[in-house]
Parts: sequence; structure tokens; C-alpha cells
Amino acid sequence: MDTPSYFPVPPGVGMEENFLSLDDILLSQERLPVRTECVFPRLGFLEKSSDSQDIPEGTKMELPLWLCKGLYEKKRKVLSVELPKIYKEGWRTVFTADPNVVDLHKMGPYYYGLGSQMLHFDNPENPDIANALLQTFIGRFRRTMDSSQNAYNEDTSVLVGRLDCLEKVLFRSGQNSLNGFQGWEKGQAAQLTASSLVLNYRKRKLVDVQS
Amino acid sequence: MFCEKAIELIRELHRVSDGQLPAFNEDGLRQVLQEMEALYEQNQADVSEAKAAGRGDLIPSIKLRHCCLLRNQRCVVAYLYDRLLRIRALRWEYGSVLPANVRFHMSAEEVQWFGQYKKSLASFMRSIGGQEGLDVTQDMKPPKSLYIQVRCLKDHGEFEIDDGTVILLKKNSQHFLPRWKCEQLIRQGVLEHVMS
Repeated sequence: MDTPSYFPVPPGVGMEENFLSLDDILLSQERLPVRTECVFPRLGFLEKSSDSQDIPEGTKMELPLWLCKGLYEKKRKVLSVELPKIYKEGWRTVFTADPNVVDLHKMGPYYYGLGSQMLHFDNPENPDIANALLQTFIGRFRRTMDSSQNAYNEDTSVLVGRLDCLEKVLFRSGQNSLNGFQGWEKGQAAQLTASSLVLNYRKRKLVDVQS
Repeated sequence: MFCEKAIELIRELHRVSDGQLPAFNEDGLRQVLQEMEALYEQNQADVSEAKAAGRGDLIPSIKLRHCCLLRNQRCVVAYLYDRLLRIRALRWEYGSVLPANVRFHMSAEEVQWFGQYKKSLASFMRSIGGQEGLDVTQDMKPPKSLYIQVRCLKDHGEFEIDDGTVILLKKNSQHFLPRWKCEQLIRQGVLEHVMS
């Protein structure tokens, strides 16, 4: 087991984002369907379908999450954010019926993260959304944990393919501890090894020289 | 949409998730700063117009541009900070002297930061553990013996150990050496620890 030295800033928990976390920045790049509730003068170029100089009131467009969070106000004078379909009633019943069947990677790789962020927009369905996220996670967790602890030295792409980003992190940490334990059992814990970072740099250098 | 270049910087780092340092994207950074300047100037103009001509309807656009400025700032700061975290990891993995190809990927300020980090770490290590200090970058795994068997993976020239003997590290030669001398070289992939 190689002790890591690179500790990136982890994503935030629940409705909070970590300012410096790369994962949170990528998560907040996801686009949401919105409807403008006021005019945005001189910004018409952002909305490609029309040619006007301003964005008129009532335009339906897609804006990234960070912009929606920044512009949204409780009195709803600026934007109204629509729920993406995976958080709506229909899909929620599918998730609660059998959470293990769903391919969360296809449903948007940040299902839990984006769902938690949607709670910022004062939707009347918020308690149901929060509940659906929790139930889905609870339903899927057992299988993720089991598979991460029992897949030793094999190709895990089938197992990991249907997981969302949060579950992938959990899976990877499970695999790391499994590999560490197996290494310890074999007596490799006392063996000094080359740093994986150094080996990767060397591999990359060879590739650069060849190309 | 604004802030596309900024998110590209972030994606560039995120792609290399194992902690390696990609080349410093000076061009990308400059483009983001230029976009920020343009947004700021447009906002300045709109704010003075809103105040002077009483055009309160410009405020949503001003707010949108302000959000874009904050977003660009966040991306730039996170980009620089994550690179520093990777450079910090290099001190622990590679030691004090970085190979040329890695140093090539760092900007001048990052090289300076690395030098200062090395100094801070060295003075910290000197201050603990009594008179000679304590090297905390050693013994990353619990030691089982004072001397270990190592095999040389590539030619590294001559190597002097504490009692003065000089050992020639040629490829595939095996030696029985003190653990504390070899740890650095094993981490760098020059020697290989042979377990009996």
C-alpha cells in the first residue's frame, strides 16, 4: 500500500460546496433548465436561438448551476429554476421502487451532488427530493460496499460503470483498504516500494519521448 | 457562456487525478484574466449608467456579470491551489531535488514556493527530536531491521555510506545496506527492496 502525499480538497457535504474543491466546481457546471422572470439587457448573445440584444422575460434557457445559485432570489423576481427530470415525481418513484437497477452514471454523473444543490431553490417538492436521494443512497450502499470489499485483483469496470461519482469515491476507498489489508497479510507492509507518483512520471516521460 | 476557459483549466487538472503535475497553463490563465477584465469594465460602465440615468433594469445583467467574475476567480484560485498541493506532494515523494522534466512544468512562482516549503519543512525537522533533528520523510513504513537487501534497477554511479565505504551501484547488482541510506533511492525507483 503506497501512502499518498497528494490530498486534494474533498467535495462539500450536503448542501454546502467547498470553494476550492475541483469536484464541486465541476459539479456546479451542470446545466439546469430555467425560466427568466425579468429582462437581462445587453446579454442577448448568451441565448443563441434569438437575435435580440437583450434576453426578454419568460425565456426558457439552460444555465449552469453556479449561475443559477448566484442569480436566484427568494422573491423570485429574477429566475425560476425547473427541476431536472431525474428529480421529478416520475423518476423518484422509479428510484425508490428499486434503487439498484438504475444506472446513475448515465442519469448525470453527479446525482447526489446535484440533487443536494437543487434544495437551494425553494421548490415545494424539496422534502420529497431530499427523501428520495437518501433512500436511493441507502438502497444502493450495501451493494457498493460488498462489491468493493470482495473484488480483489479483477476488472471492476462492470461494477463501477453504473455508479455515480460519490459512490465511485466510496468504492475506490473500499478497494484501497482491501488491497492494503491483502498486502499486509502477505507481508508486503514492511517492504519499501517506489513511490507511485515517481513511477507514473517515468511512464509519462517515456510516452512523451516516443510521441 | 462565460467562464468556459476557466472550467477548462479545472478539467485539465481533474483529468490527472493521481496527483501528477501537468504543465502550467499560462496561456489559459491569461485568457481567464482578460475575460475578467472585460466583464469588470462592462459592469463599471453599466453601473455608472444605472446611477446616472436611473436605469435600474440594468441591475440583473450587472449581477450576472458579477457572478461570472466570482466564478472565474473561484476557478483560478482552485487551479493554483490544487497545483500547490501537487507540488507539496512532490517534496514528500521525490525529495528535495526535483528532476528537470517536473521542474519544467512549474511556473517561476511555483518553483519559489517549493523552495520556501522545503525550507519550512527542514527547519521544522531540525526543531524536533533533540539535537540532530528528526527526518520525518523517512520510515514511511514501520522498519523491521536496520539493514536491508536491495537490488539496483539502474546505474546510479557511486554511493558512499556512513563508514566511508563507496559502493558502485550498477544495474542488477545486489547489496546489503543500511535502511536509512536507501529509503530515498528506493522511493525514487533506483533501488528495489528485496524481501527474503
